[in-house]
Amino acid sequence: MDRYQFLIALSGLIFSMGLLGVVIRRNLLVVMMCLEIMLNAVVLSFVTFAVRSQTLHGVAMTFFIYVAASCEIALAMAIVVLLVKRRGTLDLSAHQELKG
Amino acid sequence: MTGVFISFFALLAVAFAAMVMWLRQPMRAALALVGHMVSLAAIYACLGAHVVAVFQVLIYVGAVMVFMVYTIMLLDDRDASCQQPWSMLAIPAILVAVLVAAALWMLVGKQPAAAPVAGAVAGDIYTFSAFSLAFMKHYWFHFELATVLLLIGVIAAWTAIREGRNG
Repeated sequence: MDRYQFLIALSGLIFSMGLLGVVIRRNLLVVMMCLEIMLNAVVLSFVTFAVRSQTLHGVAMTFFIYVAASCEIALAMAIVVLLVKRRGTLDLSAHQELKG
Repeated sequence: MTGVFISFFALLAVAFAAMVMWLRQPMRAALALVGHMVSLAAIYACLGAHVVAVFQVLIYVGAVMVFMVYTIMLLDDRDASCQQPWSMLAIPAILVAVLVAAALWMLVGKQPAAAPVAGAVAGDIYTFSAFSLAFMKHYWFHFELATVLLLIGVIAAWTAIREGRNG
């Protein structure tokens, strides 16, 4: 296994850990953090493939992922604060009637 | 020597990700997430992708995590979800995560080892000056679209807060 294969395997492992955290945790904020872990795993795979092929595309893609992550966190945190103000709890099970 | 550093920071990144999942208090989980992101930034620096390493520290650790820490400070940390942090889906979720990891591992096994690129110097195109020139040459339109997306994000967050105030 060379360096790049190791890093792709690492990104797969980190993505799985983030997915696990999203499903098993009940705290809204920790679920958001686990989503960020999954996003970080995707960025790691993009950078690994970019460095491996010595091209710009993967690194440019990470820039746009960072922009999307910034928007996502600004909007998500506003929604989390509003949900907690209405229900008085961070517990995901208290928000089960949300249907989109 | 670079390989040793990459392995070390990879171990740190996995340990910090496990701590985010495991710790009960959101503030401690947030600090573990900061450690995870800094470890990934160190890996990017070891790979020679200095631009991404700086983006990672400035945008993720500097902006996203500060946002998250402010939100944690606004909310009550004596919540029921901190006392009983696990959902009832823990066992099926662990099985799914193991299956996803195994599938990704098999995918990696089918990837060919990296072939040397003729004339390429590691990290050469990822210095700030080279990256900036190439980025603004090829991705200037996408860059403009990204600024529009950021503006939409600001307006959406502001609207959400205003609607919440109005009930």
